[in-house]
Amino acid sequence: MSPTDLGPPALRFDHVSMTFPDGTHAVDDVSFNVARGEFVSVVGPSGCGKSTLLRIASGLTENTGGSCTVDRDSIGYIFQDATLLPWRTVQRNVELNAELQGMPKAEREAAAAEAIRLVNLVGHEKKYPKQLSGGMRMRCSVARSLMLKPKVFLFDEPFGALDEITRELLNAELIRLFQIEQFAGVFITHSISEAVFLSTRVLVMSARPGRIVGDYEVPFDFPRAHELRFDPAFAELCGKISADLKGGHA
Amino acid sequence: MSAEPVVERLGGAAALAKLASSGRSGKRGLRGILPPFITAAVLVGLWYFISYVVMTPNRRKVALPPAHEVVTDALFVWEPKKGLRPILEAMLVTGRVAILGLIISIVLGMTVAIVMNRSKSMERAVFPYAVLIQTLPILALVPIITLWFDYGLKARLIACVLIAIFPIITNTFFGLQSAQQGHHDLFTLNGASRWTRLWKMELPGAMPAIFTGLRIAAGGAVIGAIVGDFFFRKGDIGIGRLIDNYAKDGPRTKELFVAAGVSSAFGIMIFALFGWISNRVLRNWHESVRSPS
Repeated sequence: MSPTDLGPPALRFDHVSMTFPDGTHAVDDVSFNVARGEFVSVVGPSGCGKSTLLRIASGLTENTGGSCTVDRDSIGYIFQDATLLPWRTVQRNVELNAELQGMPKAEREAAAAEAIRLVNLVGHEKKYPKQLSGGMRMRCSVARSLMLKPKVFLFDEPFGALDEITRELLNAELIRLFQIEQFAGVFITHSISEAVFLSTRVLVMSARPGRIVGDYEVPFDFPRAHELRFDPAFAELCGKISADLKGGHA
Repeated sequence: MSAEPVVERLGGAAALAKLASSGRSGKRGLRGILPPFITAAVLVGLWYFISYVVMTPNRRKVALPPAHEVVTDALFVWEPKKGLRPILEAMLVTGRVAILGLIISIVLGMTVAIVMNRSKSMERAVFPYAVLIQTLPILALVPIITLWFDYGLKARLIACVLIAIFPIITNTFFGLQSAQQGHHDLFTLNGASRWTRLWKMELPGAMPAIFTGLRIAAGGAVIGAIVGDFFFRKGDIGIGRLIDNYAKDGPRTKELFVAAGVSSAFGIMIFALFGWISNRVLRNWHESVRSPS
């Protein structure tokens, strides 16, 4: 890939390694860059250190080797769980990140309304999380990060707990958001088809210690329609990645 | 919820909560009201049976006067030194101590819990002594409290706080500790300070546990205040001291029955009040509260 197409990287992993204090070697010598307008998925077996990469990128965890360069003031982070505060309404949950970062009330209310519109939650502003479905909670979580217009958006298996139909629906919405906002996306997932469908590039990680064993450009044009999932070229790419994953396991 | 073990200690209060919630469903009509009514009728029948058949007239007067006499000779009597009036006056004195003691326990107990939540070493430094307070039999402390604080209001408050503070400390603390790792990560990512974390995440998240603690503590504060009356006899006469006086004076059995009923009613009132507040605060989000929809 030629980085000149996409501008300077918004996120840069440079020979990053991670060994936890208990001796667990989670990540080994991982290097890749993500520019704005690029959406990179990372697939790999459970426990291979995929999530650790995001924790390092966001600063939640300090890497023990190499370096990770990113503008930490402009990161959106979507957790596996929606992590909504159950005592706040949708509106107030969406406002939370901006509120914690000191955005004035009027400004953040307007930004929250816009973000709620972008994730199709209009009409649910006054509901509490327990009144929402799993998919709606995840949208609320995305809106909470989205309203700060992050340059780098990190997704830690956000749709893993959802049913297939909801998941495909949210995939489509995420692609739409990606086209509007043009952030640099990093998406962790177990699902190969989800990774291929969403991404401009897919990285395959090996079992622990996680290192990158495969790197695939995804050539399909945006916007991507649901039918793409049944395209032979799509299936072929999924097959290659799947083979890589099995190799990484061995 | 991690406050569960503490809740277990609350036999009577939990039973009351169940009673309250089952009473609310009026839809069942007669079938809902009838069973407890039958129980009451059987109990009153048993009361009369023991009073008139089992007991001799002299014994009856002292130990178990018939129900209607308790009502006519004590409950419906309103005189300066007789019947319901001195009992309610004494209850007011005790009630003030209980409520004041409860407020002190809430402020002090929550502060202690917040301090314990700051670090593992703080927890280790404080928690064993919180448990120690709970295990101290209050009666064993009466002479010492007397030596330090005399027999007045202060001594009564101390007795009250010693009983009420433990459930507040433990429930608040377990509530604060039960915050999800995901929420902590979220607040860390947004650069939240220790205080912001406490105010916007840990304390609101601990509310269900805190309210459980409050309800247990409220019952404890009433018991503490009555026990305090009983032993610390300076100042206005509280219900505990009044009961003691009536027991030695005659005894005035009918008024003793009313006094016991009034103290129990006060406990139920406080308990119900906190139950109501808790329902209002938590109804939108906590699983233990029924959905409004």
